[in-house]
Amino acid sequence: MGAAAFVWPLVSQMNPDASTIAAGAPIEVDLTPIATGQDIKVFWRGKPIYIMNRTKKQIEEARSVPLASLPDPQSDQARVKEGHDNWLVVIGICTHLGCVPLAHEGDYDGFFCPCHGSQYDSSGRIRRGPAPLNLPVPPYSFVSNTKIQIG
Amino acid sequence: MSGPSTYQPQNGFLKWLEQRLPIGGLIHSSFVAYPTPRNLNYWWTFGGILSMMLALQIVTGVILVMHYTPHVDLAFKSVEGIVRDVNYGWLLRNMHAAGASMFFIAVYIHMLRGLYYGSYKAPREVLWILGVIIYLLMMATGFMGYVLPWGQMSFWGATVITNLFSAIPLVGESIVTWLWGGYSVGNPTLNRFFSLHYLLPFVIAGVVVLHVWALHVTGQNNPAGVEPKTDKDTVPFTPYATIKDAFGMVCFLIFFAWFIFYMPNFLGDAENYVPANPGVTPPHIVPEWYYLPFYAILRSIPSKLGGVIAMFGAIVVLAFLPWLDSAKTRSSRYRPLAKQFFWIFVVVCLLLGYLGAKPPEGGYVLAGRILTFCYFAYFLIVLPILSRIEKPRPVPNSIADDVLAKSGKKVAASIAAALIAGSVLLSGGVQQARAADHAPTPPSQTWSFAGPFGKFDRGALQRGYKVYKEVCASCHSMNLVHFRNLADPGGPGFTTAQAAAVAAEYKVQDGPNDAGEMFERPGRLADKFPAPFPNENAARAANGGALPPDMSLLAKALSYERGFPQVIFDFFTQFQEQGPNMIDAILQGYEDNPPAGVTIPEGAYYNKYFPGHAIKMPKPISDDQVTYDDGSPQTVKQYAHDVATFLMWAAEPHMEARKRLGFQVMVFLVLFAGLLYFTKKKVWANAH
Repeated sequence: MGAAAFVWPLVSQMNPDASTIAAGAPIEVDLTPIATGQDIKVFWRGKPIYIMNRTKKQIEEARSVPLASLPDPQSDQARVKEGHDNWLVVIGICTHLGCVPLAHEGDYDGFFCPCHGSQYDSSGRIRRGPAPLNLPVPPYSFVSNTKIQIG
Repeated sequence: MSGPSTYQPQNGFLKWLEQRLPIGGLIHSSFVAYPTPRNLNYWWTFGGILSMMLALQIVTGVILVMHYTPHVDLAFKSVEGIVRDVNYGWLLRNMHAAGASMFFIAVYIHMLRGLYYGSYKAPREVLWILGVIIYLLMMATGFMGYVLPWGQMSFWGATVITNLFSAIPLVGESIVTWLWGGYSVGNPTLNRFFSLHYLLPFVIAGVVVLHVWALHVTGQNNPAGVEPKTDKDTVPFTPYATIKDAFGMVCFLIFFAWFIFYMPNFLGDAENYVPANPGVTPPHIVPEWYYLPFYAILRSIPSKLGGVIAMFGAIVVLAFLPWLDSAKTRSSRYRPLAKQFFWIFVVVCLLLGYLGAKPPEGGYVLAGRILTFCYFAYFLIVLPILSRIEKPRPVPNSIADDVLAKSGKKVAASIAAALIAGSVLLSGGVQQARAADHAPTPPSQTWSFAGPFGKFDRGALQRGYKVYKEVCASCHSMNLVHFRNLADPGGPGFTTAQAAAVAAEYKVQDGPNDAGEMFERPGRLADKFPAPFPNENAARAANGGALPPDMSLLAKALSYERGFPQVIFDFFTQFQEQGPNMIDAILQGYEDNPPAGVTIPEGAYYNKYFPGHAIKMPKPISDDQVTYDDGSPQTVKQYAHDVATFLMWAAEPHMEARKRLGFQVMVFLVLFAGLLYFTKKKVWANAH
């Protein structure tokens, strides 16, 4: 008992410290400068977050794919906020081994990871390559029509 | 370390000490009187070589720590500070960096020797398992050490490897956050890796003591694989093994010194001369060469968790080797089938290493899977079956018989060949991985600073500096170079007064003054070259989104593929000039009209040699743009050559000192090795 209680602080100190957690608080991002077809990358908790203003074509491509054909089936609607279908917000970290995929690259009008060749579509879903999962959607909400809060 | 000592000290003080702490007896019985089989070949010197390397890594490492700063903003700069400003810092840093590779080369030879001669078999199982533990600790230490310079490959290597733990079900993500101490690889990660990188070598040293202890309990195995029976089978450790090990060590040091003084960047990745940037992933993430076979295994398994299990399994399986191979005959010398499979296994490992450096696509994936199967099949299928069906040849009655029967002197030559071939093959794999996407290879230029006696052409350095100042400096910073460096020996040859005059032409911000305000003053020798933009974002905004790279290390950060056979010749010809070739080629590679089928996006320019061909920098220089005072031709060709020379100096200001000292060290080591060789012959004359 005592030994375990002594070990716990030694293990726990390795977790993110108070300042790191504080720096990981939610951030607000203004969407007005991002034109259709463009994207920006912001950093939250040290991770790059892609915010993409998708074109009609990209949205259609993402929605016309049969879900059964996807390695990690998830509908495009479930990955964006209703009424803001053009905005895709994903964590730009490849689910394979953590590289940063490039936006507007690859065969699916979405993202391409240069490390091991994973291809993500315009909804950030994995389509081909070694990555097992879709690009995760961070917790976020629309504060107004042109502003989101991430976290 | 085994049995009561026969040590009888003569000296009065030693007698006194021996009664209180029998350390003299311990040393005497372990390293003087200790009987070693008299048929040991040179493969057995690698134990001594490894001890030497461990000591060397600890000594250089402790010194480097005196100058290193483990912080994300300062680590990269402090490493460059070591190389540029600390007395002999470049030497210590090269020794430590190349030393890691040498350590692994030696340990792989040591392990394969154990594998070939059956050194893991009873009664040496614990000895072998301690060795596997040392190897695992070495891998962890090497990985964390590679993170410390905080270059691009440090950062992304750390990201990829720590993410391996996210494959663990349920708790994976929490473990990764715990390892990082944050939400991504960052300052806490760097700090804890630094702490552990300092600690683990001492843990290794502790396990090495156990390893040697276990060795001295069971005694050494030997090429014949039969235990010593009489005194005729053994010779005392000193002078026989001592002199032989010393000769082996000095030969290894020659090989080591070749890297330290002539090829310091051959085994590293050029990308690590770019500071870590969490927002930009390098095109190919490749671990250091010594992990490549395991990296290939990791990527061969289609499932993420499966790949991680296979990778760790590939190492753990070694610990079970004593029970997987139950053949009674130890040495593969008397096992005709096991011998063949051993060499196939060596080839499989080398090929896996080669694949580990390749992008995982097309045929490489299939080849990786087949070889991964072969790797595990050797341990789990071949060895267990062989130990049941193989009919070994008769082993000699005793070691003395073996010595009388054998002719072999081939071992030394084969070690040299294996050392060179193995390391070159593996490093070749690394170099292959630094591919630039399908741009033509820059033509190799003639450089005055190439080769073992290369020196910078002072005229070219001064002209190159002029081109830098009048052209490049309007967009590119050179943060690691100071005005004082212009007057450094081995540099452009300015006098201190001239360098001070150059500095005084610049305005440098300083302060705050007594009133608390920042002010501008003329530059001094101690200042660095001022950057054209206050920060990265300003530089990007002014250059269409592209960041003009800092030029201090450009000549070492740029590289390109040399192709497989070529890279072997590069090792012997000391070819290290990819960077200057690339700079030269890019400056001359602009063409107004891209060839048919190549589309260049708006705001970019076509360049024949730039990876991907679309470069954001417009053609920076044209004929007669910079005036030369010494009558050199004012052509783009000459400008490119001069500025590439200048940037090579900026990246490696102590290159001349390095090569000069290298020659002296080489001469010394070769003479020393010769002396040791003849001494060894004399000592062993009556033992053969």
